[in-house]
Amino acid sequence: MAATQAEADIHLDGVSKRFGDMTAVDDLTMSIPRGSFFAMLGPSGCGKTTTLRMIGGFEDPSEGKVFLGGSEVTQLPPYKRDVNTVFQSYALFPHLSVERNVAFGLERKKVGKAEALKRANEALELVQLGHLGKRKPAQLSGGQQQRVALARALVNRPRALLLDEPLGALDLRLRKQLQIELKRIQQDVGITFVHVTHDQEEAMSMADTIAVMNGGRIEQAGSATELYERPRTAFVANFLGISNLIEAKVTGDQRVATHDGVALHAPECAGLIGDVQIGVRPEKITLILDGEPVPDGSNVLRGKILVAAFLGVSIQYVIQAAGGEELTVFAQNTDGTEAFGAGREVQLVWKPEHTFVVQRG
Amino acid sequence: MSLQRRRKLLPWLFIGPGLLWLLIFFLYPLLNQASVSLMSGNPEQGYDLTWTFSNYWDAISEYKEQFGRSILYAGISTVLCLIIGFPLAYFAAFHAGRWKNLILLLIILPFFMSYVLRTVAWQLILSDDGTVVSVFRTLGLLSDDGRLLASSTAVIAGITYNFLPFMALPLYVALEKIDPRLLEAATDLYASRATAFRKVTVPLALPGIFAGSLLTFIPACGDFINAALLGTPQQYMIGNVIQSKFLNILDYPQAAALSFTLMLFILVGIFLYARLLGARNLTQAAV
Repeated sequence: MAATQAEADIHLDGVSKRFGDMTAVDDLTMSIPRGSFFAMLGPSGCGKTTTLRMIGGFEDPSEGKVFLGGSEVTQLPPYKRDVNTVFQSYALFPHLSVERNVAFGLERKKVGKAEALKRANEALELVQLGHLGKRKPAQLSGGQQQRVALARALVNRPRALLLDEPLGALDLRLRKQLQIELKRIQQDVGITFVHVTHDQEEAMSMADTIAVMNGGRIEQAGSATELYERPRTAFVANFLGISNLIEAKVTGDQRVATHDGVALHAPECAGLIGDVQIGVRPEKITLILDGEPVPDGSNVLRGKILVAAFLGVSIQYVIQAAGGEELTVFAQNTDGTEAFGAGREVQLVWKPEHTFVVQRG
Repeated sequence: MSLQRRRKLLPWLFIGPGLLWLLIFFLYPLLNQASVSLMSGNPEQGYDLTWTFSNYWDAISEYKEQFGRSILYAGISTVLCLIIGFPLAYFAAFHAGRWKNLILLLIILPFFMSYVLRTVAWQLILSDDGTVVSVFRTLGLLSDDGRLLASSTAVIAGITYNFLPFMALPLYVALEKIDPRLLEAATDLYASRATAFRKVTVPLALPGIFAGSLLTFIPACGDFINAALLGTPQQYMIGNVIQSKFLNILDYPQAAALSFTLMLFILVGIFLYARLLGARNLTQAAV
């Protein structure tokens, strides 16, 4: 990651967290630059929520240090940390009205009650709930409660906002809508957002930087494009989209051979040796019927179509490669021609620079 | 019978047995005693309904001391139950882990023994040659001939002990329902643990505090066992008077008048208490 500790809003230094003999977070070091939308992505149990809770102060690290804006906060309780959390369950106070919920943090910071309510209502306007301030949380829908939780955190203008699966409890349509809204609000207020999610699409559509976590460690961090186009581990490749991994061996400079002996050009394999896996994303592959010419310099595998499914915008093929793997191909439906039928022998063709290579685990 | 009519009847079918029970065993005796409270006469010739409202004025003026004592003892005991019961319920709800059920069992364990026997046990605990008195004397908390038994302290201690479960259990239920994430949210929003307790835990526990206070205060007000077994006539409460009027002196009208007066005091007390805590909070906080 590019940010140094000085310009980072949040910095973790060798942080581990163990519960009994289970290691939830394993020697994690990372920096989150100021003003960025940072997503921690991973399957449940990968340590992403625990990491977030250590930043928020709800869990003490077993080892390591947590810095906020350059100063160490490892030992500080949550109420002394300049970050606010949007909880997965929203955790709105049921006994307080919506506006009093939002004003709660300001009142604790000794902002006068009238001023606190005024700012609370402004924050509610920001999330388009200005008219519901007098209601109790139980009278709101799930999506509205989620926005109240967001307003309640944002109104304090914290250094960073921590979002723990904030959209997890909502239905798909609402989730899509709130994803866009969250992104808009983050751009408006310019606060660092740290977003925890297991939904790769959510992370890719919102975050500037995504850290893919697995087993308490960061597998890879980078922009959505980087992670998708150049995954460095099989886990990242599989977690973000369909990856079409094939066993192979490095045979020379930018050259690999698949397990069944097909020579391929792989510019990305620099530095890797021995057994690797090569991958190519389904939409990067073009299908050309057997025997027809392929563009010079392409990587080519041969296979037989098992399934062809017409999806409208594209056709999804499942193809059994000559080496035995089942590979997926998306063919853009650009000219409306009939799909190749199942059973056809085809060549899978793609440009060498679209080949990614990961070390065998 | 049409389906619609049957639908209308169904709720009455459900409520019927309870309603009948209340009519026979609550409303009828209540009205009966109301009329008794307005009778005059004597135990030998019997009592007649003469609409003698002076029974009430006589009862209040003659026994205002016992009334006052009942409310005072019951009030102090209720506060003590709250002070003892809240930490107990709090611990059981939030920190007991796998010991939770054991703690709850211990809270209700005294109910396995009769009320009178439990109180007799306190006679032994507080007796002049008991451990408690000798420890208190050694520590100088009691003079060398000081006693615990036959004092207000003993009566209040007995009431507090006997009614603690009625306070602790509703408190536990209210506290147990509080989502710990709400307290995390409060500390996230700059509330110290003490402020989070004051601003979140206590308001959300109010229904439990209210229910527990009523369940403690109301029966404690009418209690006579503790005063009879642990006190002297100087500690007698209104329950002792009512009991002796009904069962020993057979002065039914005055006993009934005293009972109704006590009921009135309690009803007014509950009303004021509900106003104090805020009825809105009581009904909505639990949602």
